[in-house]
Amino acid sequence: MRGVTRARWAVCAAATALVAAGCGNEVSGGGAGGAVLTSSWGDPQNPLEPANTNEVQGGKVLDMIFRNLKRYDPRTGEAKNMLAERIETSDSQHFTVTLKDGWTFSNGEKVTARSFVDAWNYGANLTNNQKNAYFFSYIDGYDRVHPDGGGKQSADTLTGLRIVDDRTFTVRLSQKFSAFPDTLGYPAFAPLPRAFFDDHDAWLKKPVGNGPYGIESYTKGAEMVLRAWDGYPGKDKARNDGVTLKVYTDTNTAYTDLLAGNLDLADDIPAAQLANVRGDLGDRYLNTPAGIIQTLAFPFYDKDWNKKDSVKVRQGLSRAIDRERITETIFQKTRTPATDWTSPVLGEEGGYKKGLCGEWCEYDAAAARKLIAEGGGLPGGQVRITYNADTGSHRLWVDAVCNSVNKALGNDRACVGNPVGTFADFRNQTTRQKVQGPFRTGWQMDYPLSQNFLQPLYYTNASSNDGKWSNKDFDRLVDRANAETDTAKAVGLFQQAEEIVRDQMAAIPLWYQNGSAGWSERLSDVTLNPFSVPVYDEIKVG
Amino acid sequence: MGRHVVRRLFQMVPVFVGATLLIFLMVNVMGDPVAGLCGERQCDAATTARLREEFGLDQPVWRQYLTYLGNVLTGDFGTAFDGRPVTELMATAFPVTVRLTVVAILFEVVVGITLGVVTGLRRGRPVDTGVLVLTLVVVSVPTFVTGLLLQLLLGVEWGWIRPSVSSEAGFGELIVPGLVLASVSLAYVTRLTRTSLAENRSSDHVRTALAKGLPRRRIVTRHLLRNSLIPVVTFIGTDIGALMGGAIVTERIFNIHGVGYQLYQGILRQNTQTVVGFVTVLVLVFLAANLLVDLLYAVLDPRIRHV
Repeated sequence: MRGVTRARWAVCAAATALVAAGCGNEVSGGGAGGAVLTSSWGDPQNPLEPANTNEVQGGKVLDMIFRNLKRYDPRTGEAKNMLAERIETSDSQHFTVTLKDGWTFSNGEKVTARSFVDAWNYGANLTNNQKNAYFFSYIDGYDRVHPDGGGKQSADTLTGLRIVDDRTFTVRLSQKFSAFPDTLGYPAFAPLPRAFFDDHDAWLKKPVGNGPYGIESYTKGAEMVLRAWDGYPGKDKARNDGVTLKVYTDTNTAYTDLLAGNLDLADDIPAAQLANVRGDLGDRYLNTPAGIIQTLAFPFYDKDWNKKDSVKVRQGLSRAIDRERITETIFQKTRTPATDWTSPVLGEEGGYKKGLCGEWCEYDAAAARKLIAEGGGLPGGQVRITYNADTGSHRLWVDAVCNSVNKALGNDRACVGNPVGTFADFRNQTTRQKVQGPFRTGWQMDYPLSQNFLQPLYYTNASSNDGKWSNKDFDRLVDRANAETDTAKAVGLFQQAEEIVRDQMAAIPLWYQNGSAGWSERLSDVTLNPFSVPVYDEIKVG
Repeated sequence: MGRHVVRRLFQMVPVFVGATLLIFLMVNVMGDPVAGLCGERQCDAATTARLREEFGLDQPVWRQYLTYLGNVLTGDFGTAFDGRPVTELMATAFPVTVRLTVVAILFEVVVGITLGVVTGLRRGRPVDTGVLVLTLVVVSVPTFVTGLLLQLLLGVEWGWIRPSVSSEAGFGELIVPGLVLASVSLAYVTRLTRTSLAENRSSDHVRTALAKGLPRRRIVTRHLLRNSLIPVVTFIGTDIGALMGGAIVTERIFNIHGVGYQLYQGILRQNTQTVVGFVTVLVLVFLAANLLVDLLYAVLDPRIRHV
């Protein structure tokens, strides 16, 4: 009994120290009552600046405290105007952005054209070490503020950005890019208040934005307390009083805490718990497609993998992988066998085409054997699939894929996994072309466009084209698609480009990844957006 | 005595330099940490170059190490990739882990030695056999199993404790994690005390004390226990360092944001500054604990003198 009281006391002490979360009757400053939920979180890898955050955990916060010109609809993924009243262009290269009236940051400062232009200039500027700088690379003048070839930086601001008045600014791109407005929902394009530039350290300690939530306190590495902002001018006002993000080192612990009733929302249910999650949570569990695809890329810089007939080997390997079985037994159907190189969250209109891969993604052991034999056999008689073993239960599925390949080819040594200790080291080897044989590639979309699934991964020398695949026809089609003003036509061109990826089997599509979340009985209306982040503002408590 | 301490402190210098150098090299061998900072995307060349320069990674390893050592001597342990100074990480992590270690050591000392004395005095009795079997079970079951099991039983099934520890990590919350962390060592302490006690029971001075007609209590505490504790103290002393550094598993299970958590994250992100900084401090703790143990010998057994 003593254990009980002591533990309870500790809980309440912890909670009241931050802000009342249900122990006693305290009411926090902003009139927030008990409708505050706790949610699992991971320590962001980079400082919480919009143009410096490129992973989900930091993105979670940015999604709550910022609103951009556009916002991706949490259900359909469609880019809809948020702060933008309109974004106009006649040639897909010169854009005029007009802002809606009445938006402010939560510190009262008005959101003006300058808030955007300053923020984008900051993000692009090489001296600020922003890891998402390349998102601004389409804007004219980028090569001067961010010279990539080792040249000297000759400007501090992008010449392509011009403020017209408080609510209007123009953007000039260095090339045609019709889908540019649709990329503006990405967190890197968020507006920033003056406080960000005037006292950067203070801002980083407690970021201020213009989203439905404001940060009340932030203990780095442990916890962030967010409160619904009463003065939020947007339509997507928070339906709860706030969210407390708690850092968990291990998703298993978060899940256990959820079961014990100490946590309201755990996203990313660990693979080990998938088998019993239905029994544990019943219908308080969600598993929806997210814009993530897992593929196997090939080292095209390696002559053995880039021979004339190598395409047959790649196709054969693809047909030797029993995607249905693996997704069912290992991932309990939380991943879906891939049949193209994009993601179902794009929808048919957005460029997803079910079955585009056709027979090449269907398991057929006999066909696989034949194809690989025709292609001259496996280079060196064996494939080694390189992956990072530290996260994401990659070992499980790589072993399963190898198993499937070995069984299909009737050779116990045809395929082996090649684990690399850490993600950083894995990236090190892949980006320096040190990997021999196929390697794991996971792609989480930045914005819901088929362009984002193709260009960064398969365009010649693109930033995530680690296998160095290159195809002139593909590049040409992508260029044409980007210049095309008609969305439907652009999508069609991207699909043609994707068909080249298929015909060359530039990478083997494995499966689409789902986002998952489980929640306590206090919550309702829990959904995940296409980026597998909970839609916090819609969650109701109690 | 004083000279002994000074000499020991001087001996720590080469150990300290060697240990940091080794860790530094090991983390460096793992490769370029900047590659992991941009997710599945390659950081653009210009930003990579700037980041490498900022973290000093563009220098040759020996110069990196010398710069690092120089900075450490002035109290600057560098900056983690998320922009936080490593000293700040230490200031949040070490108090938590120290509390956890204190709880664990208390368990070892109080429960371990008590059980050891009880079994040592009652050898062959049911109590003795029972505790022996129990310690055998504890030693043979891995920590993560004990941890997860206790977490599930006490935290979820019975609801006695919170399965995870809050960020304050007060002593009350650390009782169960501390017990888990201490469990294996606790079993060893019990067995060590028991054996040592049993050996000393038949020694001359104990028999003399018995013959003198001293009360049993006084014989056990003054004559028997004090002489039997030397190996136990040695074990607990070295265990302090092991507990602080080896809490990674326990800290992960109970979501304790201590040294183990920072080390784990530092290794995953290949953050040289974090890893080397934390290990350096752990090395110091280890050395200090060993020195303390040596000095304690003299207290326990006046025949041992340090000159």
